[in-house]
Amino acid sequence: MRIKEHPILSFERGRKVHFYFNGKKIYGYENESIAAALIANGITQLSKSLKYNRPRGFFCGIGKCASCRMRVDGVPNVRTCIERVREGMKVETQEPLAELPSKEFDDKGIDTLECDVLVIGGGPAGMCASLEAAKYGADVIIVDENLRLGGQLIKQTHKFFGSRHEMAGKRGIDIARELEKEIVENRRIRVFLKSSVFGYYESDHGHLFGMAQRLDDMSEKVYKVKCKSAVIASGASENFLVFPNNDLPGVYGAGGVQTLVNVYGVLPGKKVLMVGSGNVGLIVSYQLLQAGMEVKAVVEALPKIGGYFVHAAKLRRFGVPIYVSHTVKEVHGEDKVEGATIVKIDENWKEIPGTEKRIDCDIVCLAVGLSPSVRVVSLTGADIRYIPEAGGYVAIHDDCMETTRRGIFVAGDLSGIEEASIAMLEGKLAGLYSAKRAGKDVDEDKANEYRKRLEELRAGPFGERGRLAKEKIGRLWRECH
Amino acid sequence: MPLKDYEQTGAISVDEIKKPGEEHLKRGVAIIECVQEIPCNPCVDACPFGAISMENLNAIPQIDYDKCRGCGRCVSVCPGLAIFVVRVRGEDGFVTLPYEMLPMPEKGEVVDVLNREGKVMGEGVVTNVRVENKTGVITVRVDKNLIMEVRNICPKR
Repeated sequence: MRIKEHPILSFERGRKVHFYFNGKKIYGYENESIAAALIANGITQLSKSLKYNRPRGFFCGIGKCASCRMRVDGVPNVRTCIERVREGMKVETQEPLAELPSKEFDDKGIDTLECDVLVIGGGPAGMCASLEAAKYGADVIIVDENLRLGGQLIKQTHKFFGSRHEMAGKRGIDIARELEKEIVENRRIRVFLKSSVFGYYESDHGHLFGMAQRLDDMSEKVYKVKCKSAVIASGASENFLVFPNNDLPGVYGAGGVQTLVNVYGVLPGKKVLMVGSGNVGLIVSYQLLQAGMEVKAVVEALPKIGGYFVHAAKLRRFGVPIYVSHTVKEVHGEDKVEGATIVKIDENWKEIPGTEKRIDCDIVCLAVGLSPSVRVVSLTGADIRYIPEAGGYVAIHDDCMETTRRGIFVAGDLSGIEEASIAMLEGKLAGLYSAKRAGKDVDEDKANEYRKRLEELRAGPFGERGRLAKEKIGRLWRECH
Repeated sequence: MPLKDYEQTGAISVDEIKKPGEEHLKRGVAIIECVQEIPCNPCVDACPFGAISMENLNAIPQIDYDKCRGCGRCVSVCPGLAIFVVRVRGEDGFVTLPYEMLPMPEKGEVVDVLNREGKVMGEGVVTNVRVENKTGVITVRVDKNLIMEVRNICPKR
């Protein structure tokens, strides 16, 4: 189902195109991802599990998980959430172990690209890093796997918190457009979309990465990218939760559903159970109401609401119940979600028998935290440690955002899970120091200003976790040196 | 620290809000329902009368009811949609609230009025609608005894 009218968004879907799903002709719009177009057609089973052949649906919507891989025009394992639907395209569900491509490709050779600073990830941190490095005269290449720049900002329809410096009061979608425009207009910055960095290699000078760009004929063009320094801002992926039937199509990442609804205007269902009351759970719930969905309940395992009171209040005044000290006992259904049972838990996280409640829903959204996406940074040999307050494994870095690998910087959620305003400031810091490593003259007073603003953003009780994470990371950095 | 009720329910009680006086209510006054230290201050910049202040970015905003003119500039600016304007004229009460849903109500429309828990408290008449940066700022006329309760509307369409 597609949204016709929205209080905040207008959807630029583009031209109607016809394509085939398992041989059947259906339609989508040219600006939709394959997965979004399928879901709009009511198709929720996109793949099967490896071992038990269980139906699998969409989950993350941003190319980070494996649950939407399908065979497209004879090419297996295509992440259909980050590939546009095209006229005449043949989309098929594949067996769990995919057959090799039936299509033959020309050898396109390997080209070499050179730049001062390579930025991996086009979200708020990566975009700000690119602009900052370019400001000091660095030639920048910015790479992102998705169809457009902006990372998760492109689905944030709410107004941002923070101060004027962090564009507070502006909606995330508008911040994304502004930054994207600045990048596209900046002659020092080259943008590679639909492109993944997959390797890090030995090199005499600076750093050498391998990158593959997905082309419209479903082939890939491979590049060697030589750079003097790199900023890795690959973001985070949504956490999963264990309960019976958690793999049924209809159990989706809250951020994944937010992408479907706010980027593509596609509704995956009508009635939602939101699991997790952090800011992501609360904000997405409210945005699903705006999109015309019904939010049946928000459940939170902790005895208190995790996110800001103001976000919870917005939901409550629309009558959405928030159950603290509750968890999902199980999800019901055969090949899709047909309801869920929630249950109260005691202070030892044990279910209290007799407190079960059946929730009539067709979508269960998981908003139970994020984990930093460290795979690319770990390729470089930078020291990676497990920091619970940072959300998982992160690269140890100093207050210039440089990792233990000289010239390799990190910024944003990948360096510890926090908010987008923090990611933007960290991006600026990493951009500035990566330009310095590339031999450019930079203004370090600016860096101190960014540090001061970061400190301010983390100063309150909600910034405590991020503050603790960064303190630990700083201590480990000093031990390494 | 013991948990506050609103940390469990997502709804504050009227007792947690600084009471405006009768003079303030006559003129119209902003009620800020932002009770946690979060890093956010656009309301301070938005107020043309300097009525809202914060010691630092994370402080809880303080409003000086004597300085507030009830203009409602802060209502659409607050990213948390946590500011309302209340006013009393004779037996009528008026609540100005942020609204970001469809359908956007029209002036003169009769709507259900809801409290902080989404419970219908009765009906109200929409007396003003303006839309700023896609946030509707809706004024609804209600019983004057309900101005500290009504925080949402639901069009009957």
